[in-house]
Amino acid sequence: MRKVAIYGKGGIGKSTTTQNTVAGLAEMGRKVMVVGCDPKADSTRLLLGGLAQKSVLDTLREEGEDVELEDIRKKGYGGTWCVESGGPEPGVGCAGRGIITSINMLESLGAYEESEGLDYAFYDVLGDVVCGGFAMPIRDGKAQEIYIVCSGEMMAMYAANNICKGIMKYAESGGVRLGGLICNSRNTDREAELITELASKLGTQMIYFVPRDNDVQRAEINRKTVIEWDGTVPQANEYRGLAKAIDENEMFAIPTPLDIEELEQLLLDYGIMEAA
Amino acid sequence: MAKTKKVVQLMPTDIKEELLAKYPPKVARKRAKQIMINEATEAEAPPEILANVRTIPGIITMRGCTYAGCKGVIMGPTRDIVNITHGPIGCGFYSWLTRRNQTDPGPDGANYMPYCFSTDMQDQDIIFGGEKKLAAAIQEAYDLLHPKGICVFATCPVGLIGDDIHAVCKKMKEKFGDCNVFAFSCEGYKGVSQSAGHHIANNQVFTHLVGEQQEVPEGEFKINLLGEYNIGGDGFEIDRIFKKCGITNLSTFSGNSSYDQFARAHHADLNLVMCHRSINYVADMMETKYGIPWVKVNFIGSESTAKSLRKIGEYFGDKKLMDRIEKVIAEEMPAVEAAREEVLPRTKGKTAMLFVGGSRAHHYQYLFAEMGMSTLSAGYEFAHRDDYEGRQVLPGLTVDADSRNIEEIEVEADPERYNPRKTPDEVKALEIAGYKFKHYAGMATEMDKGTILIDDLNQYEAEKLVELLKPDVFCAGIKEKFSIQKTGVPMKQLHSYDSGGPYAGFKGAINFYHEIDRLVNSKVWSYMKAPWQESPELTGTFVWE
Repeated sequence: MRKVAIYGKGGIGKSTTTQNTVAGLAEMGRKVMVVGCDPKADSTRLLLGGLAQKSVLDTLREEGEDVELEDIRKKGYGGTWCVESGGPEPGVGCAGRGIITSINMLESLGAYEESEGLDYAFYDVLGDVVCGGFAMPIRDGKAQEIYIVCSGEMMAMYAANNICKGIMKYAESGGVRLGGLICNSRNTDREAELITELASKLGTQMIYFVPRDNDVQRAEINRKTVIEWDGTVPQANEYRGLAKAIDENEMFAIPTPLDIEELEQLLLDYGIMEAA
Repeated sequence: MAKTKKVVQLMPTDIKEELLAKYPPKVARKRAKQIMINEATEAEAPPEILANVRTIPGIITMRGCTYAGCKGVIMGPTRDIVNITHGPIGCGFYSWLTRRNQTDPGPDGANYMPYCFSTDMQDQDIIFGGEKKLAAAIQEAYDLLHPKGICVFATCPVGLIGDDIHAVCKKMKEKFGDCNVFAFSCEGYKGVSQSAGHHIANNQVFTHLVGEQQEVPEGEFKINLLGEYNIGGDGFEIDRIFKKCGITNLSTFSGNSSYDQFARAHHADLNLVMCHRSINYVADMMETKYGIPWVKVNFIGSESTAKSLRKIGEYFGDKKLMDRIEKVIAEEMPAVEAAREEVLPRTKGKTAMLFVGGSRAHHYQYLFAEMGMSTLSAGYEFAHRDDYEGRQVLPGLTVDADSRNIEEIEVEADPERYNPRKTPDEVKALEIAGYKFKHYAGMATEMDKGTILIDDLNQYEAEKLVELLKPDVFCAGIKEKFSIQKTGVPMKQLHSYDSGGPYAGFKGAINFYHEIDRLVNSKVWSYMKAPWQESPELTGTFVWE
């Protein structure tokens, strides 16, 4: 089983990209479990057709220790298993601790057992790596490969670089590797070139360039992944392409994060920032 | 067994060098500033000592945490306030009745000290926040006991997850209407020692409690006794003496205290500060807001007790009171003298070391002096420079990140209730006569030249000191108790008095003489030998030695 975590700046499209890619993998016959690691618990909405799913932490709170695997995972599109970690309301408690607890719970309930026959476990992780809890999926070998969703916008690249720092920290102790950058296009200038260059500086690759297409929004409105909503549109093929690229990926690197000057220079070189 | 051999004339500088010898250079540099060879004389200011700074990681310190200082030391001894520890159960359980603070609620008075209240936070409460659970705990305590006050103490995880304990308390206070609920942000990690907790407790008690009671209490010569914690009944003995002298103690902070005592403290005409470190903040604030002056006192040691009583008499300047104080001293001293003379032949010339508290290491030296015993070395766990060197260093104290972490509250004179107890002329007259307000000379000035003052002593240095100087008695707390006894040296706990006390006042002095006489003259632990000391199976040395 390959354990994959998807990171990236908040609002970059991690959940959308993850679910559409997972739909592609499912179409290829892969058995996938998606674990949403966001307190908002909206990482599996498209796979479940909008079904509100009770989160691990809510279940734990209501049922006590007596929790079954079936209480916390639901079957979604293409036989994927969907789990939402859940968490506190904004501004209270500790969401990071919640993720630690719910991943441990999944493990102790045997969600990752051989007998489950999983090909992939995907962790969809909230925004930046703000504290130890959000780094949980890349610690202790829980996820072995990371893909960072980014775009040609400056802040998305800053975030990607920061996440690489987190990965580097745990790469040495935990064996986690960076599988590549997924460019979720915002139609900025020379975007593919820029991300390819950033990737090479980070010691990795741009594994796929996902063009911007309003069909993604149309599918989302219908609470579906693009492949499920209309498998014939061009964007469906893009996600199939991304799924295939991940499935066939053999490049796993320890990232080499850039310092801020280097990153800004990159933006200057590609004409995004004007020199002051 | 022969009397323990004294090391022949080790110079203080040699001892300091020996204490630092095993440290890595950076640690040694820092510790060197915290070990001061006393050169203070009456005329000279003592040398500077580094105090109230972070303990070096890896060192087994004698210190406690901010929560311990706030909940354990200051609020723990108050009997009719329900003290709720908001956090996992360990913090509440291990701070429950560990200090032997005695209290006397009378036949009908409420006493919640035997209980341990905690929200017992679980994993789920950390994740989802503990505010609801805290509100439920406050409600439960209120329903069960209907106390006058409920205090909430934050433990480390509460600060990390950001529960707004003050908002919860405010809401509950408004809901009840007849119960004062307030909280302390005293997370254990906040300061460098328990001292930060004292400051936080002072601030909140002053803000939420002092001044609540409007009606003026009965009594003549009204004082508050600040920084007395009634360990082993010390406060009872001091109150006995006050009563005998006709002095009215409105409020003790916080031994044998109650909600109402705190609430009426602002009606006192003089604040007596016993433990300078833990309570000087509230003394200063009461002076600013209500106009109550404060003086430093000490009721440890019979001479100090007499001196402190005379200080009170002099302040009030009332002939009747002063005569009565003299009469009490005259009545009490013969028994003290008799006890002293009885033990003196056996205790004279013996030596002590004291590493405890923020004032105890100083105060107890008076008792030892009365017994003819000298103090070789002393230090505080959580004191600041002013406790060593005197309050004149205060303006020069550096504010660092750790002290900035603790809220400094702005206090102004109360527009209605500010009432200076002495006119400027009266203050001046007293000062000309040698009276000292707001004055504490610190420990160093009153210790012999060449003695060694050590801040934040640790396990290693304690054992090394004992090995080098072989004191006849070592005084510290429970954490040091058994490691010292294993070296064969008698150990007296001056936090909780082992199972003894009171040691304050006149009767306390008598108790202390007997206790120390017993300890220094029956060194049972020095007769004990562990099997491996008598017949070691293996001998060896460390490769680097």
